[in-house]
Amino acid sequence: MRLFCACAVLLLSLTALGNARADEDLRPLVDALGGGNFRETAGAVADLAATGNPAAAPVLELLRAGDLYTRRSDGVVVRGARAGRDIALSDVFTGEELETVGRREARQIRVNNSLRRDIDAALGQLTLLSPDPRVRAGAAQAMFNARDSAALPLLEEAIAREEEPEIMERLILARAAIQALHGESDSVRLEAIDEIAQRGDREASALLATVARDAPPAVTEAAEAGIAAIERRLALWNMAQNVVFGLSLGSVLLLAAIGLAITFGVMGVINMAHGEMVMLGAYTTFVVQEIIRTSAPWLFDWSLLIALPLAFLVAGAVGVAIERGVIRFLYGRPLETLLATWGLSLILQQAVRTIFGPTNRQVGTPDWMTGSIELGGLSLAMNRVVIILFALAVFAALIVFLRRSRFGLHMRAVTQNRAMASSMGIRTNWVDALTFGLGSGIAGIAGVALSQIDNVSPNLGQAYIIDSFMVVVFGGVGNLWGTLVGAMTLGVANKLMEPWAGAVLAKIFVLVFIILFIQKRPRGLFALKGRAVDA
Amino acid sequence: MWLTRHIGPAGWTFLFVLAVVATAVPYANQLLPPDHPWHASSYVVGLLGKYLTFALLALSVDLIWGYCGILSLGHGAFFALGGYAMGMYLMRQIGDRGVYADPLLPDFMVFLNWQELPWYWYGFDSFLFAMLMVMLVPGLLAFLFGWFAFRSRVTGVYLSIITQAMTYALMLAFFRNDMGFGGNNGLTDFKDILGFDLQSDATRCALFVASAAALGLGFMLARAVTGSTFGKVLVAIRDAESRTRFLGYRVDHYKLAAFTLSAMMAGVAGALYVPQVGIINPGEFAPANSIEIVVWVAVGGRGTLIGAALGAVVVNYAKTVFTGTFPEYWLFFLGGLFVFVTLFMPRGILGVADDLRRRFRRPSAPSARPADQPAE
Amino acid sequence: MAYPPTTDAILYLDGVSVSFDGFKALNALSFLIDPGELRAIIGPNGAGKTTMMDVVTGKTRPDGGTVLFEGKVDLTRQDEAAIAGLGIGRKFQKPTVFEHHSVFDNLLLALKGNRSPYRTLFARLGRDDRGRIDEILGIIRLGHVREEPAGALSHGQKQWLEIGMLLAQDPKLLLVDEPAAGMTDAETAETATLLKEIAQSHSVVVVEHDMAFVRELGCRVTVLHEGSVLAEGSLDQVSADHRVIEVYLGR
Repeated sequence: MRLFCACAVLLLSLTALGNARADEDLRPLVDALGGGNFRETAGAVADLAATGNPAAAPVLELLRAGDLYTRRSDGVVVRGARAGRDIALSDVFTGEELETVGRREARQIRVNNSLRRDIDAALGQLTLLSPDPRVRAGAAQAMFNARDSAALPLLEEAIAREEEPEIMERLILARAAIQALHGESDSVRLEAIDEIAQRGDREASALLATVARDAPPAVTEAAEAGIAAIERRLALWNMAQNVVFGLSLGSVLLLAAIGLAITFGVMGVINMAHGEMVMLGAYTTFVVQEIIRTSAPWLFDWSLLIALPLAFLVAGAVGVAIERGVIRFLYGRPLETLLATWGLSLILQQAVRTIFGPTNRQVGTPDWMTGSIELGGLSLAMNRVVIILFALAVFAALIVFLRRSRFGLHMRAVTQNRAMASSMGIRTNWVDALTFGLGSGIAGIAGVALSQIDNVSPNLGQAYIIDSFMVVVFGGVGNLWGTLVGAMTLGVANKLMEPWAGAVLAKIFVLVFIILFIQKRPRGLFALKGRAVDA
Repeated sequence: MWLTRHIGPAGWTFLFVLAVVATAVPYANQLLPPDHPWHASSYVVGLLGKYLTFALLALSVDLIWGYCGILSLGHGAFFALGGYAMGMYLMRQIGDRGVYADPLLPDFMVFLNWQELPWYWYGFDSFLFAMLMVMLVPGLLAFLFGWFAFRSRVTGVYLSIITQAMTYALMLAFFRNDMGFGGNNGLTDFKDILGFDLQSDATRCALFVASAAALGLGFMLARAVTGSTFGKVLVAIRDAESRTRFLGYRVDHYKLAAFTLSAMMAGVAGALYVPQVGIINPGEFAPANSIEIVVWVAVGGRGTLIGAALGAVVVNYAKTVFTGTFPEYWLFFLGGLFVFVTLFMPRGILGVADDLRRRFRRPSAPSARPADQPAE
Repeated sequence: MAYPPTTDAILYLDGVSVSFDGFKALNALSFLIDPGELRAIIGPNGAGKTTMMDVVTGKTRPDGGTVLFEGKVDLTRQDEAAIAGLGIGRKFQKPTVFEHHSVFDNLLLALKGNRSPYRTLFARLGRDDRGRIDEILGIIRLGHVREEPAGALSHGQKQWLEIGMLLAQDPKLLLVDEPAAGMTDAETAETATLLKEIAQSHSVVVVEHDMAFVRELGCRVTVLHEGSVLAEGSLDQVSADHRVIEVYLGR
């Protein structure tokens, strides 16, 4: 708000420079500011405002800041700035330096709170009629805040003249604020309250609360109803914000789980080292950034894009190695697979700990992923938005790849009927290895994204493995769409519960919910039905 | 006697060795002078006692995994719950000797500005009540969890994953200060048990003997269960669940009974573990711990009971050695062990020993040898 | 079903339908088995033979229709264990015995008796039970391998063991799915004899592919096709039915 005023004043002062003659008309009124007591100063402020001359605005702003002094020698009001024990004086309008005098030679014009409100209202009045729409908008806001009934006539004039619908709206609101407080009849006040309630933010709510205090019962009632309406609306926005947070969490879960949806969901392999594939992706990002930092700093903004394919390759290669080295000997023995891959996860963690150290590694965020976007009552952090979009893109790409590519066809063939696929000339060994590599590679890609929002440490993967399994099992094994819906549902449910349950309890609730849900539908949300799954 | 009917020669050998250890270690600690080469320091007594509680825990996992095919990745939770029940008793025994000298409230509650003891802490000043809870709390949780899970026929890896979710949720819950179990730090600074100083060697020896006795009793119980027709039904369920159902057995009831019994055994193990290590904290609920238990069983040889106990001791001894000499390599070793055992020793140490013995006795392996890997 | 059907049949199916993801495995299937009857059910692949057994034994819940046992018990409301307890035994197409248990223990587990966990925990094997198991071992000709693990038996021996388990269970109604699959001709003939023996004191439903085997049984035959009954009668009658010929040979 203050920023707005300062902005308005700045613009005004620019226009004022070319308007020296008008300044001269204001001189006597400005000098009257130094009247001696608050009441006289207030009177002078009102007089200045009444001129409607925009050049008066910067002077009032100086007054508000306590920068105006009365020169004792001639009673002229000047701008003063402390310079050690002395005061440097300059002209109020032109800023031209006049002289430096001792502290006793100039008397500061003091302001109190009531005077400050007068000044704000006056500033609002002065700027309401400015030719610059931004200035007018700021002024309208100032009027809204000041709620000075004296400004009402001026507001009416401004409303009559205003052509910009947006500013018009603000002006009407400012008028409503004044009328709600000082309206001569209840009906005027009620109408005004209605207008304010429409605005529906915290400020409006606070204003209505002021209105509700010592007012006739009808007005109080209307104001309270208005507050309730506003609170409802705010709660709705709040909910929307939480939903967005939930989608953001959901997309993180989706990224972590989508690779698992392939290895576990499609191949039926329980890969407890899946989280470590995510971790490898995150460390790949770290290494890429380190190299860029030391040898090609200008590439930094591209570091994540460079890391993506590398993370896919690193994690994918490790995945293929795991499949060829261990898992292929354990097909059809899911519990053994679970144990062996858990062992591998320990080895991978310890390897990373040995190479990179046990502490968190710093992964930087490129400029284009910082900042945030405002959308209505929502505020979205840029990196979260990017991750939501990225997760959806990875999901879409995977779906298309599995549907359209030759490899996808082979993969589906092998998972549906291994013997038949094999006799059709599909090399099932390779399909297994590459499918596992694909799932692992996607986990690596997820690691690149997660390096932006989580600590990159050897334990990174551990944090996601249980959640990922929950998502896949909840969504329905063997169904990528189930994984999408599962991730988003769990993410949103988690975030919606957080405000009243707290983060930890919300997570516990979600886990308990899933445990109970599995009882009800052991095959998840989107279960495959039929005889095949009974076997 | 029902309890001893199915122990068998190997079982008696195991019990005999256990009895020898249970007398030799306290003897070496109490009666041999400290400079004697066979003297067991109080550290060693505590360490061995810890191994014995782990062996009992492994036994409980083997009972359901080895015999009934239920791979629980959340058994650490039952162990920890038993431990917490014991910890609560030990906390109440501290009385006004805590840092804040509050006669009623444990230190951490005073620290959190709690005014009164939460209702669920009542009764834990009684040893008997605490011991009852040591078995009842894990048993009840297992019963409820199993009742839901087995009735709706959640099996295989799905069951494993939700047991893991269960222990994970419990870990998060116990980390919360509001739960009233000491949050992050858990329960510690114990003073004495049944009036005996926990720091004294005599008490440590008594706890060691108690652990050995619990292990022996647990083993006998497990043998009696697995040797009975009930145990045969469990194996039948493991190998062909739906066939068992068509024979008219209520598979869910059998699983529930075995699961609950196993959880109670794990609870007892936890209760004996806590006074010997002097602390219980939410870290015991960590999913990784539960998975580690499974490895002990796999290393020893599942479905043999003796193997489970053996595996627990062997792996934990290796852990003590590794973490003492080169701690960085412990996880490499443990991880490698997981992989090695599943790939090359699916029947564990006992399985390998069995193979060697068969080969020695009957050079031409008979065709009638069963496929030892249970169908899943 | 406005009127509860009354029937003397041991097994009564009326209008039973089951569908999997839109595929109708059973389509208003109706037939009945009389007490003490031996019945063969034949039909091409996908005719719904196995699904029919799944419905009767409680593995699959039908979408609609009535399944009554002994004219009074609604089987669609019972689970597998309860149905087995009522006296319906089942032999699977693929022999499923408990591979790690000895032949003796397999029969012991199948032996009629109290199935509650508490009972099995403290039960001792009685002299009568042992005698009964020995008797069955004789019938199924597996006495010489009684202590061998069932996993070590040959395919045909496993089939017999499973039939032996059915005998031990002593159900009122036996459902036998392709007992002759994978057997030599001699074994097939012996199996047929065994089943006929059993049928003298039990109601038996045999699902079979092998026409020679069905002829050997010499009983009434029901032909299933696309989830409902196509024809019923003696084997010669149904073999003469042109619709049956079309289904088996035609198109």
